[in-house]
Amino acid sequence: MSASPVLKIEGLRTDFRIGRHAISAVDDIDLVIPAGETLALVGESGSGKSVTARSVMRLLPRKLGMIAAGSVWFTGKDGQTRDLTKLDEDAMRSVRGREIGMVFQEPMTSLNPVFTVGEQIAEPLRVHSGATHSAALRTAIELIGRVGIPDPAKRAQQYPHELSGGMRQRITIAMALVCDPVLLIADEPTTALDVTIQAEILELLRKLQRERKMAMLFVTHNLGVVAEIAQRVAVMYAGRIVETGPVAEVFAAPRHPYTIGLLHSLPRLGQGSAMRRAGVRLPSIPGVMASIADMPKGCQFAPRCGFAADPCRVEIPPLAEVAAQRRARCIRWREIAA
Amino acid sequence: MLRYFAMRLLSGAGMLLALTLLIFILTRLTPGDPIDAYLDPNVPLSQEEVNALRTHLGLDRPLPEQYLAWLGEAARGNLGHSLQRFNETVTGLIAQRVGPTLLLMGSGIAISIILGVSTGVFTAVRRDTLPDFALSATALLGISSPAFLTALLGLYVASVRLKWAPSGGLLTPGAEFSAWDLLQHLLLPALLLSIGQAALIMRYMRASMLEVLNQDYVRTARAKGVREFQVVAKHALRNALLPVLTLIGSTIGLAIGGAIFIERVFNWPGMGLLLVSAVETRDYPVIMGATLVIGSCVIVVNILTDLSYALVDPRIKVG
Repeated sequence: MSASPVLKIEGLRTDFRIGRHAISAVDDIDLVIPAGETLALVGESGSGKSVTARSVMRLLPRKLGMIAAGSVWFTGKDGQTRDLTKLDEDAMRSVRGREIGMVFQEPMTSLNPVFTVGEQIAEPLRVHSGATHSAALRTAIELIGRVGIPDPAKRAQQYPHELSGGMRQRITIAMALVCDPVLLIADEPTTALDVTIQAEILELLRKLQRERKMAMLFVTHNLGVVAEIAQRVAVMYAGRIVETGPVAEVFAAPRHPYTIGLLHSLPRLGQGSAMRRAGVRLPSIPGVMASIADMPKGCQFAPRCGFAADPCRVEIPPLAEVAAQRRARCIRWREIAA
Repeated sequence: MLRYFAMRLLSGAGMLLALTLLIFILTRLTPGDPIDAYLDPNVPLSQEEVNALRTHLGLDRPLPEQYLAWLGEAARGNLGHSLQRFNETVTGLIAQRVGPTLLLMGSGIAISIILGVSTGVFTAVRRDTLPDFALSATALLGISSPAFLTALLGLYVASVRLKWAPSGGLLTPGAEFSAWDLLQHLLLPALLLSIGQAALIMRYMRASMLEVLNQDYVRTARAKGVREFQVVAKHALRNALLPVLTLIGSTIGLAIGGAIFIERVFNWPGMGLLLVSAVETRDYPVIMGATLVIGSCVIVVNILTDLSYALVDPRIKVG
C-alpha cells in the first residue's frame, strides 16, 4: 500500500467530564489501519476500547465526553486525508454512515422499533446521496440478500421485533455497509449473540470485508474472535494501548504481562475436566482494573503485575518497539521475552 | 379487528348504562326538585296544583320506574323535553350547544398538544439550560394552578386590563357573523383551557424524550449521518410519543371538566353552560341527556386513542 492508511490515530486523548473534573478515559492512543486490513482492539470492560472507536466517529456522550488531544487522520473515498477531530459538525456528519460505517453491540436495541428494516437500511443512502425512496429501498433489499437473509423483499417490509437477534445483526451490518464505506467500525458486534450465530456473523464480516477491501476496526473482549478476524491486534488496559502487533506474533509471544495474563486465562476446549480432576483452577489476573478516576502512579498495570518492580511505579512506561511492527508498554519486556 | 371493535363498543355501552344510572341516582339524591326551581315564588300554587304538576311530569312514580321509562325512551333516541323550557326537546337543546363546545374543546386540545409536544421536545433537547429551567418552572405553575384561577386571571389580564380579547360570548352580539370575530372570541378561552393539559403533556413529553434520546437506536441514527433535527424529529419523536398518547387520551375526559368551567367564566354557549344551568334548576332530562352525550364522547375518544397506538407503534396490533 503506497497510499496513506485509511485510519491513522495519533496521540488521541478523550476526556470525560465527571463533576467539575475532566478525566482521561483514553490517552496516548496510536493506531494505524491500512485499507483491507482488520485491526482488533481488545481489552476488558472499561479499558477504553469502545471510547476509542466512538472517538473516531465523534459519537461520544454529549457534554460528557470530548476529544482533548491528538488527531484522527482519515483518508476518504476521494483520497483526501483529513483530521476528523478538526471537522465541523456538518462535514463530520457526511463522514458518518457514508465513509465510515458502524455496527454496534446490541442488535436488539440498536434498530429503531417503529421503522421497517428496509427503511432503516435505505436511510443512509437517502441522507447522503439523495437517492429516491424506491431506489434506496431496492439497494437495501439487494443488500439484505447479500448479508445472508433469505426472502429479502419480504424481510425489508418487516419491523425489527419480527426478526431474530442474528438477523437483526445482519440488518445492522447491511445498514453500515449500504453507502460502501472505506472503514467499518464494529463495536463488539458478536458479544450479544449465541455462539453459533457469532461464528456466522464473523464469517459474514470477513467475507464482506474481503469483497469490499474495507479497513475494519473490530472492538472485542474475546481473544478467540481476534484470532478469527484480525491481522493486527492492539491490547488496551486502563485507557492505554499496552501492546500491539500482528495477531499471530502477539499471541505466540506476548511482550506485556497483561497480554500474557489474558492469554493464560483463556479456557481451552477439552481441558475443563482434566483441570477439575487435578484440582487446578483457570488462571486469572489478580485484582481489578484501576478506575480511570483513580489511576496509580507509573504503570497502570503494576498493582496487578507479577513482574512489577520499583521503577514501574515511577512513571508510565513508553510504548516501546520490541520487534518489527511490534510495540509493548513495559520496561521489563526483555525479561518477559526471555 | 371487527371483533375488537364490537367488544369495545359493547363495553362502552355498558359504561354508558352505568353512568346514566349513577347520574340518575345522584340527581334524585340532591335536595329540591324541578318544581321548586320552576315555580315563581310570587305566584303561589296550591298543594293540589303542585301535585297535579308532579303527576303530569311523572315525578310521583317510583324511581326505578322513572329510570326505566327514561332508558326506554333514550334507547329509541328520545331524550324527552326540558322541564324548564317546555317547548324545547333535550335533543334540540344539545344540538344547539354541542357545536360551540366541540369547537372550544377541539381548539383547546389541539393547542395543548401542539404546545405540550413542542415544548416537551425542546426542553428535552436543551436539557439543563436556561430555557429548559424556565419552561419547566412555567409548566409546574400551569399544572399546580387550578382552572378557576387561571381562567379568572387570564380573563382579567388579557381582556379586562389589556383588552386583547373580548371577555365572553361566542360572537359579538348584533354583529354580522365573521370567522375573525369567532376566532377572537375563541382564542382566549381555548388558550386558558389548554394551559393545564399543555403543561402536563410537556412534562411527560420531556421525560419520555430524554429516555428515548439515550436509546441505542438514536445513536445508530447519528452513526448513519442523519441530521440532528431528523434524529430528534423522526427517530426519537415517534418512539417518545407513545406514552404521551396514553396521557392525551386519558386527559381528554378531564378537559371536559375544564371546559365546563371555562364556558361558565366566558359565558360560552356550550354543553357545559347547559349542564350547569340544568343542574341549578334540577332539569333532570337535560342533565341525563347532556351526561349521556359527554360520556359517549369520552368513550369514543378512548377507543380512538387505542387505535392510534397501532398507527404509531408497529409492535402493537389491534385485534
